[in-house]
Amino acid sequence: MSSTAANRPVRITGLILRYSCLLYIGVVLIFPLTGLVVKAASAGPVRIWAEISNPFAWHAIWLSLTTAVVMVGISVVTGTATAWVLARYEFPGKGLINALVDLPFSVPTIVTGLMLVALFGPTSTLGVVLSGFGLNIIYHQSGIVLALLFVCFPFVVRSVQPVLENLDPAEEEAAATMGAGRWMIFTRVILPALYPAIISGAGLAFSRALGEFGSVVMVAGNRPMSTKTAPLYIYGEVEGFNIEGALAISLVLLSASLLSLVVASRWARGRG
Amino acid sequence: MKPQGRTFETMSWPQRFLVLAVLAWFCLLILGPAAALLRRALAPGLGAFVDALTQPDALESLLLTGKITLIVTICNTIFGIAMALVLVRQRFWGHRLMDAMLDMPFAVSPIIAGLMLVILYGPRSSLGGWLDSIGIPIVYHLPGMILAGLFVTLPLVVRSIVPILEEVGSDQEEVASTLGAGPWVTFCRVTFPTIRWGIAYGAAMVVARCLGEFGALLVVSGNVIGRTQTATLYVHEQVESFEPYGAFAMSTVLAGVSFVLLIGLELLQNHIRRRQFADDKNEISIAGPIKPTRRH
Repeated sequence: MSSTAANRPVRITGLILRYSCLLYIGVVLIFPLTGLVVKAASAGPVRIWAEISNPFAWHAIWLSLTTAVVMVGISVVTGTATAWVLARYEFPGKGLINALVDLPFSVPTIVTGLMLVALFGPTSTLGVVLSGFGLNIIYHQSGIVLALLFVCFPFVVRSVQPVLENLDPAEEEAAATMGAGRWMIFTRVILPALYPAIISGAGLAFSRALGEFGSVVMVAGNRPMSTKTAPLYIYGEVEGFNIEGALAISLVLLSASLLSLVVASRWARGRG
Repeated sequence: MKPQGRTFETMSWPQRFLVLAVLAWFCLLILGPAAALLRRALAPGLGAFVDALTQPDALESLLLTGKITLIVTICNTIFGIAMALVLVRQRFWGHRLMDAMLDMPFAVSPIIAGLMLVILYGPRSSLGGWLDSIGIPIVYHLPGMILAGLFVTLPLVVRSIVPILEEVGSDQEEVASTLGAGPWVTFCRVTFPTIRWGIAYGAAMVVARCLGEFGALLVVSGNVIGRTQTATLYVHEQVESFEPYGAFAMSTVLAGVSFVLLIGLELLQNHIRRRQFADDKNEISIAGPIKPTRRH
């Protein structure tokens, strides 16, 4: 059906539409991206590498990668559990949670950061109690992970939930008839069906976490070699007019997030 | 078939524990922080809350956010519809590249989006210098901020219309044009009515994303108070200058607006799905339910 539509000769209005769209994408998207690449090429690989291998920059990249990995690890477990509970059980408050899962996508990131400071910050009751136990969250690396957990909460839930809802109960029943216990059914029957969705959600979350700025700026405290993530480092370099430094770290960050998005979409397609 | 859900009374203990653990995690991570913000903002009373928001700088920043959001939403909705039509109904050289490129903003950190615009149009670049000299300053002015908004929200409308267009196919459009309708009439009478809820969904996402954009605007705006300071930049500036109350009040407004948008998005999504199921019963469409892709 759609192939005949696609092969039809395109009329003049269609051509005008096509080229105005391409022009729009060019101005909004391609032009700035090309500017970045051209600037990187004119700076040269030696300069770029010098900026990346600077210990402050290297620490920022490393911190972004590790906090994102820790967040994805936690998010995979909690996200799958949330999707499971929403898909399988009825309980009071379910409708509310189901509607609010996407809240982190619509709340501005800077507001997210401020919310976390309001609840866990050093001036809040909970923050004081926690620091009494030696748990300092805000302005420490664990605060960054917390912010990323909030911001990326919906990814794994929303990618696993539809798969769970469409899972054929016959397979589980068959396994149960053959004497498999509940845990065995979960690990041998359900989990293999969920893997692609989990990895796809994790990839999206990882890519988002690498670039997260607004919420991290609020909770991180921005200390070099301690809580300065790669996006914060890039911002600092732009402010200090070291465009090449900002550029070099941007290239690393951009390649890492593109890579994880490609992995995510490969797995998502494998599922379909 | 959806398996029959268990109610809390019929669950085993491990299942109850799992449900409670998920509820507790959700409350701690999502609801708790939201409630804490609300409590901080409303603690000194409604009068103080209104006072903080009616500061000239605060009003100015809200106005600017509204202006940028309006322009970006109009541009990206119109071109989003056009791009979706081109992507689904036309095949041409570079088609797949266009499809892939449209998802680029998802991979680009907002801070990098801002950096790109500064590199391209900044005062030190030749293009920026030239545009400045003919009286069109981009970076540190409104046009740069609009460009940043357009960049980060580019895929949202396209990605919520494309699945619907692919689903309905082009039969009805072909019938219309066989009956002598021109492209414009075909679009208004046939295509638009089928995709309008998808457009609304995408546009609402653009509004939500644009209201809350921070990183890209921070780099591009130069954050000039009263001129290029948006609501999110105002929140940041208030925190930096140790006036947390102004930040709490403004954040509550932003969170409230995004909450309303979220509810609107849920309703739209249900509407789109219901329409789909109604169509399934009439055997008009063949494939599964349409769900607009929701990625940020």
